[in-house]
Amino acid sequence: MSERRRPDDVDVLRGLLGPEGPELSCEACFEALDRYVELELSGADADARVPGMRAHLEGCGACDEDRRSLRALIEAGLASAPPAPAD
Amino acid sequence: MSQPSEARPTRGPDAESRAWLAGLRADGARGEDARHRLHDLLLRAARFEIGRRRGSLPHLRGGDLDDLAHQSADDALLAILAKLDGYRGESRFTTWAYKFALLEAAVKLRRRAWQGREVPLEPEHWAVLAGPEASPAASAESRDLLAAIAAAIETELSAHQREVLVAITLNGVPIDVLAERLNTTRGALYKTVHDARGKLRAHLADAGLRFENETIEAGA
Ligand SMILES: [Zn+2]
Repeated sequence: MSERRRPDDVDVLRGLLGPEGPELSCEACFEALDRYVELELSGADADARVPGMRAHLEGCGACDEDRRSLRALIEAGLASAPPAPAD
Repeated sequence: MSQPSEARPTRGPDAESRAWLAGLRADGARGEDARHRLHDLLLRAARFEIGRRRGSLPHLRGGDLDDLAHQSADDALLAILAKLDGYRGESRFTTWAYKFALLEAAVKLRRRAWQGREVPLEPEHWAVLAGPEASPAASAESRDLLAAIAAAIETELSAHQREVLVAITLNGVPIDVLAERLNTTRGALYKTVHDARGKLRAHLADAGLRFENETIEAGA
């Protein structure tokens, strides 16, 4: 067993070394973001359905902020506000 | 890399989303009306995002922030209309559309917060990596890893990789701010970060050092 690392060191190490394993690009992350957030909110296994997304969100702070914003917006109920234009 | 066929049990957009698409593609007053309604939604999304982040922008006044919301909604609407064929119905149309407004607002806010500030490309927190005295509380194992990484950053990375990795992961420069200064994109910079991280990981593995996720969890 290794010694426990202090959070500061862990943050630095995590930032420098990033996630392990394959991850999406920022472009592919943005492409999948709406689907991923709806899966998350529906209780589905979003990480299994969108491979590489979780790793990217761990490695890319900006994309993860975008995810949290979209999730918060949908949760706030703005999404269902005005009706779509009628046919 | 995405797998559209798995997205939903039913294929294609729901009725409300189809109505949005039809409206936005329509000519004349109907198309105009749909774009106007969508702009309203995007503006609300941009204001929502700005509201979430306004604590980090104490120097910006309400009027500036509302200008920023309008610019974000305008730019998001243009992006959406240009990419309408890229919407495949894997989420509600409004969810798909909102992400453009949130992205525009978030990027503009980050850039505004860094306006006029110099972007540090040299390690401000190099001390963290430099040696035992610098981080007295670090475990011996962390110190070994950090020292090995500090050395590898110097020897294994190109100058560009070093600057980008240090600015983003050590100095806390937002990736969108650095992208603007270097006249590139978030995606291109992240690719540089990703490649640099890969080199560091490979170098550590060669040296017999490991950074395990279990250890991260235990320490965090
Ligand atoms: Zn990203």
